[in-house]
Amino acid sequence: MKIQIDKNGYYGESCLSSDRFGGAFIPEMMHENIKELQDNYMEIIEGPSFIKEYKSLLKDYVGRPSPLFYAESLSMHYETNIYLKREDLNHTGSHKINNTIGQILLAEKLGKKRIIAETGAGQHGVATATVCALKNMECVIYMGEEDVQRQASNVARIKMLGGKVIPVTSGNKTLKDATNEALRDWIFNPIDTHYIIGSVVGPHPYPDMVTRFQSVISEEMKLQLIEKTGKPNPGYILACIGGGSNAAGIFYHYLNDENVKLIAAEGGGKGVETNEHAATISKGKTGILHASKSLLMQTEDGQIIEPYSISAGLDYPGVGPLHAYLNKIKRASYISVTDQEALVAAFRLTQLEGIIPALESAHALALLEKLEFKPNDIVVINLSGRGDKDLNTYLKHVKDE
Amino acid sequence: MNKLDRLLKNKTTNLLSIYFTAGYPKLNDTKEIIDALEANGADLIEIGIPFSDPVADGPVIQFSNSAALENGMSLKKLFEQLMPKNNEGRIPKIMMGYFNPIFQFGVEKFCKECNTSGIDGVIIPDLPLDEFESSYKSIFNKYNIHFIFLVTPQTSVKRLMKIDNASTSFIYAVSTNSTTGGVADFKAQEEYFKCLKDTISKPFLIGFGVKNKSTFHSACNYANGAIIGSSFITAIAETGELKEKIRNFIHQIKN
Repeated sequence: MKIQIDKNGYYGESCLSSDRFGGAFIPEMMHENIKELQDNYMEIIEGPSFIKEYKSLLKDYVGRPSPLFYAESLSMHYETNIYLKREDLNHTGSHKINNTIGQILLAEKLGKKRIIAETGAGQHGVATATVCALKNMECVIYMGEEDVQRQASNVARIKMLGGKVIPVTSGNKTLKDATNEALRDWIFNPIDTHYIIGSVVGPHPYPDMVTRFQSVISEEMKLQLIEKTGKPNPGYILACIGGGSNAAGIFYHYLNDENVKLIAAEGGGKGVETNEHAATISKGKTGILHASKSLLMQTEDGQIIEPYSISAGLDYPGVGPLHAYLNKIKRASYISVTDQEALVAAFRLTQLEGIIPALESAHALALLEKLEFKPNDIVVINLSGRGDKDLNTYLKHVKDE
Repeated sequence: MNKLDRLLKNKTTNLLSIYFTAGYPKLNDTKEIIDALEANGADLIEIGIPFSDPVADGPVIQFSNSAALENGMSLKKLFEQLMPKNNEGRIPKIMMGYFNPIFQFGVEKFCKECNTSGIDGVIIPDLPLDEFESSYKSIFNKYNIHFIFLVTPQTSVKRLMKIDNASTSFIYAVSTNSTTGGVADFKAQEEYFKCLKDTISKPFLIGFGVKNKSTFHSACNYANGAIIGSSFITAIAETGELKEKIRNFIHQIKN
């Protein structure tokens, strides 16, 4: 099995367009910008000078490789062998910076002077403002007004880093609307601006480009597993999925190793039987949003439904086309995890290992409860971010108990 | 030859196209708006299909889209309102909307309904040329529905020629780098408009930022006509009788 995109950015080899996910459903106003990226991104990111600077920044600025930690107490609890890929230890606290470092270098090579980005919880906004400060670029972050209120500390970080936060008041005032507003900004500023999309979504080449930047996670992990276990492949890889960038990154170098089970946790909110969830793969239908064809939460009239998850990083109504495809061909499986299950998993990890995970990552941890492992299995969980930003939610939960 | 072909054959200057969002201000205003536009001398009507996430639109049309959805508008409802019996008008009508609602409705079913409802063409901003040609062109052709492409100040000459070649009707020239309802300085865009005139063989209408008599006529100096959307929507949302507001609006543009 070979999982790559075709020249138009579609995953899969089927001729039937109904079976394909991806593409670039962009209004003409964005054509030249997207074409410029499509024509140049592979050559740039595979060029020796790019690779040298990217690797060097990942090492000395981000702090990579991120450790692969054997979680002994958690392993005992579940009677198997659990490793955590510690993306939470990266500079700025999550995997998001792997992508923003890559894209800022790309923007620099393309001669762009101004960066725009969308953010939900603010992690991608912080990671973007960080690299803009590093590279002295103008930085404008679109963030739903609701999220600006809820994520005050990340807003403050973005501002201290020199970024401008624009509260988005259109639509439902959350991540989907922030993405719309960033796309509109790009329509107004087509020449000097690069849009750093934070996940494996959007028009071709973003899903593939962001996947490649995040694939450093699984590249490192193969080497680390050999060192620790003598073999490169685990039995299971678990991750959480909103748009799907950390899952894409940790799955990437294992996509062709079919003996490795790839499993991702969607935001199940208050339960997929309610209307309040973000389980796009379990409950969505094929459609077009933010310029790519994938699974979407939508009404039967094709209007986008606002998702819900306790975790702001998972409440996106779509999912990257790679994941829609992996689900379709059954290479990866997608399981929904409720708010409550994620909270329990977060507290368990904190108590057993002294690590406070991000709420997003806690969804991946909650998969441990839902799967059966053998004592000699090796399970790797992508601990995509740290939980500092979620303390209010965690404290509220303690109070409610 | 449909009504749009006839229009473009018979009239080549000062074409006035008016956009409105179906279902706004009220769910059942569609027929009354169409009738009033026709009675007062609009040349072409663009009926907007509301969508939850209209990325190429500015605040006014974003608002009319969400209000129309709250009013209960859908493609199914819109086609009911446009049933042949309600549709004896003579001026051409096109539908404008984002791809996802059409994709869910079914592209073939959509084209078929357009055909029976007297719709002559469509504008789908997020269904670009390549996707259209590789997957959908034959369906639109089968039902004799023109697919109208956008061009912008960023569109290269090479691509203008490609789009011109693919076009079977007029071309929608976006005036500036902006979403709908922006402010356009047509004088500053003179070079771009002249390039369009020199490069493309099809008629073209200028849209985005055309809002009153002076901007309409200034756009018509360069193009075969112009498209007004946001300022029309603002005008019909004001208090007063719908027919009267439409009559006043068209008259202040044309006279």
